[in-house]
Amino acid sequence: MKKILIVDDEPNIVMSLEYTLKKNKFEVYIARDGGEALELLKTKTPDLVLLDIMMPQVDGYETLKRIRLEEKLNNTKVVFLSAKNKASDIEKGLALGAAKYITKPFSIKKIVSDINELLD
Amino acid sequence: MSNYILICIIICYLVMLFLIAFWAEKNATSKWVNNPVVYTLSLGVFCSAWTYYGSIGVAADEGASFLSTYLGPVIAAPLWIVVLRKIMRISKHQKISSIADFMALRYGNNRFIGALVTITCLIAIVPYISLQLKAVSETFEILSLGAVPQKTSFQWITFYVAVLLAIFAAFFGTQTTDTTDKHIGIVATVAFESILKLVFFLVVGVYVTYFLFDGTSDIYNQFSKVGNIEKLSTFPDIYGGFNWFYMIVISFVAVFLLPRQFQMMVVENDRERYLKYAIWMFPLYLLLFNIFVIFIAWGGNLSFEDFVNPEYYTLLLPIKNGNKVLSLLVFLGGFSAVISMVVVATLALATMLSNNIIIPYGYLDYFRERGTEKNNKLIKNIRRFSIFMLIMGAYVFYINFSRELSLFSIGYISFVLIAQLAPSFFIGLYWNRGAARGAIAGIIVGVFITCYSLVLPFTLEAILHNSNFTDFGPFGIKLLKPHELFGLDFLNPISHAFFWSMFFNLITYLSMSLIGKGNYRERNYAEMFVRSQNYGHLQEGAYVWRGVAYISDIKKILERFLGNRKTEEVLDSFFVKYNIPKDAVMADAKLINFSERLLTGSLGSASAKILISSVVKEEPVSLPEVLQILEESKETISRNKFLREKSDQLTKLTAELKSANEELIFQDKQKDEFLDTVAHELKTPITAIKASAEIVLDDEEMPDAIRAQFLNNIVEDSERLSRLIHNILDIEKLASGREKVEKADTDIAHVIDEAVHLVMGEVLLKKITINNRVDSQVISVDEDRIVQVFTNLLSNAIKFVEESTGKIDIFSEHTSEHLIICVIDNGKGIPDEDFNYIFDKFYQSKHQNTKKPQGSGFGLAICKHIVESHGGTIKAIKPIEKGAKFVVKLPK
Repeated sequence: MKKILIVDDEPNIVMSLEYTLKKNKFEVYIARDGGEALELLKTKTPDLVLLDIMMPQVDGYETLKRIRLEEKLNNTKVVFLSAKNKASDIEKGLALGAAKYITKPFSIKKIVSDINELLD
Repeated sequence: MSNYILICIIICYLVMLFLIAFWAEKNATSKWVNNPVVYTLSLGVFCSAWTYYGSIGVAADEGASFLSTYLGPVIAAPLWIVVLRKIMRISKHQKISSIADFMALRYGNNRFIGALVTITCLIAIVPYISLQLKAVSETFEILSLGAVPQKTSFQWITFYVAVLLAIFAAFFGTQTTDTTDKHIGIVATVAFESILKLVFFLVVGVYVTYFLFDGTSDIYNQFSKVGNIEKLSTFPDIYGGFNWFYMIVISFVAVFLLPRQFQMMVVENDRERYLKYAIWMFPLYLLLFNIFVIFIAWGGNLSFEDFVNPEYYTLLLPIKNGNKVLSLLVFLGGFSAVISMVVVATLALATMLSNNIIIPYGYLDYFRERGTEKNNKLIKNIRRFSIFMLIMGAYVFYINFSRELSLFSIGYISFVLIAQLAPSFFIGLYWNRGAARGAIAGIIVGVFITCYSLVLPFTLEAILHNSNFTDFGPFGIKLLKPHELFGLDFLNPISHAFFWSMFFNLITYLSMSLIGKGNYRERNYAEMFVRSQNYGHLQEGAYVWRGVAYISDIKKILERFLGNRKTEEVLDSFFVKYNIPKDAVMADAKLINFSERLLTGSLGSASAKILISSVVKEEPVSLPEVLQILEESKETISRNKFLREKSDQLTKLTAELKSANEELIFQDKQKDEFLDTVAHELKTPITAIKASAEIVLDDEEMPDAIRAQFLNNIVEDSERLSRLIHNILDIEKLASGREKVEKADTDIAHVIDEAVHLVMGEVLLKKITINNRVDSQVISVDEDRIVQVFTNLLSNAIKFVEESTGKIDIFSEHTSEHLIICVIDNGKGIPDEDFNYIFDKFYQSKHQNTKKPQGSGFGLAICKHIVESHGGTIKAIKPIEKGAKFVVKLPK
């Protein structure tokens, strides 16, 4: 069973993603911001992280940078999930090593199929 | 006294003068020869034998009127600061060496005016010099015979004295070719002689007054018994008053224009500041000279018969009383007066004669072909020749004419002649329309009338020994009687001649000047002279010229007179000064003017102009162009200043623009960030709504509780969305001023309670303390809006304080006119860099890191708009402890 970490500070969005991913047989962890996520990653090694960018304390970019420093997370794929849709933001995200950059608002079905594609 | 002893004394005296002159030339930079006292004493050249002997003659015959000759200069002295300084500056700048040069240059470097002025001066001064020679020979005779001779028998001694004076003047006056170089030796001897003649005159005055008589009152008492005291001691009636007036004006003018005064005052002047001393010391000198005149005159009248010439009382009184030493001193004093006058006047005239007549009219072509050495030698020789010619001319005049005439009368004739230069000289200094033709015509008319009414009658009387011409007029025409022209019969001959000559001179000068305009060269110089203060600092730049000239040609001319080395030097420094490349080929107006001035010192302005223009191809410049160019050069200075000011302003403006631009960029960036934030904030609920709706739509087997949860989420996010939109519209309304506040009397305590009530949910959730201590106070506000302000401030505070420990204080203060409400929290406070911006629309602190709907960057901006539309203020203050403090001030 593949493990997915959702990092977002919007409870309603988290709820939708959690429900859908669980239904699609993923194991789901949840963090409310970057700091919480990094804390959680000390013990867990998810296959994929769904990462929001604009969050309090530690933002998405920073979180990804720190993830890339962890050797045991080398195989963890990161997908940005953000309302920021400027080309410069997307480029920055991909340059930092994200596997995919999905802009909000997104289609929940599309996210599931993208995740499946990435994890196959 | 024996002739031989006397001759020895004279020779010794002259040797001493030579030694003084030598010493001064050797110590040319010494303080002893360069100081205001020496300068003032050198002006004492004004007091010639006329003063020394002649004024006593007038005092004896006519009383106080001798004073008028000295009142003129005394009145003129204070004006020197203004007029003489201007003349000095122009002369120094243009290298002017004589009054003829000065006037020639003023009227457009006009060769003819230079010559005319020179001739006028010659007519005026040569007889005057001859009178000085007469004084020498007569006083010599008195001293050797012990009485006034009946017939002159000592002309030979006068001749030798004249030759010696000529040698002296030629030797010390032509040391250099450049006539604007100072003649320090001559200045020093003149100053020395000024002391001698004054001291000796005072000594004889004291001798006569206190030794021969018993003081001034004794002389007066004795004289009042025998003499015509009424006539000699009272001031004249109305007609006499006119005479006095004109006599004063004549001497006033003469002190500026006499060639020897011009030479000493202007050409030999070393420093302008000496003038400040001269303006009081020179009148003092004249005053001292005149203290004893009237007493010597009366004393003489009491001691001698009528036929004795009163001009020589100073000599005769000591002789009569057996004091030979004193009479010798008096003789030497008079001799000093003669030497100064003759040497300086001859030097000045010789310069004028050579630079304004001989060279420009005779030798120019000759100079052009020869080398420096020869040219300089020739120039000096011409000048030496002129000096000898003048002194010999004066001697011949003396032998033939002036033995018959008194010192005083010839002195005045010379003054009246010199005064003919006054209109074109003085008016030309201040009136730029004064034209060359006016000056020429005026001077000629003036000199002619003076000759007719003064020189001619005297000459005819001297030759024919009758006064028919004077008494009946030419051919018996009464209106043309030389002393009563056109029936003007109440003035003495001098004042009369002065009046009519000046009258016609002035009218001619003014009308001729007004009739036509001079050529551009003339207008150019007129402008330079009249506005010397404007063009002085422009130097060569003020000169207007257009044409073609090669530097090499000009250089050749300069080399002829200055020599190769000096020419190189001056041209090099000129090129450096004006930043002209060394290999420049064509000369500009500046160089032309500069070269002319270089030659002016040696050759006079007229010759210099002719020489330089022989190698340049000049094109006429129209009058408007001249004036325009002059205006331009004058304006350059002020324009430069103006430009500098403008440039400063521009720099300032640029800085302002730069900061404004930075501000704009900053605001633009903020707006971008705001739009990003708004978009993000809008997208977030939409994302949640969309995801929830998708799930509910697709998942038909979903349990009802979960479905209800998702549907509830959709409602919640929709509400959030509409709140956001409402906020955006709100601030837009407030900012554009479309929303009016609706004021009503409201209790502020009630308003704050309401706001606290609205945020109570959040307060309880975060478990923080809120402390409301606002007093009841009714003010006129829009209740809803003020509630909104405080809700916002409270929400912000709640947002930034820690859970549980958070504490918010809200309380009110009063001043006479305002109600002040403070909201203080113990949260993390406002970072320093945000302080200036927190009330700006779109601004959201980088450190905020929260995404509540209220945190979308409007809150404080809305608050500020609301408070200000109530006529109040809102400020953030850094409290002493940690946290933030907002102060809202509302008018009561």
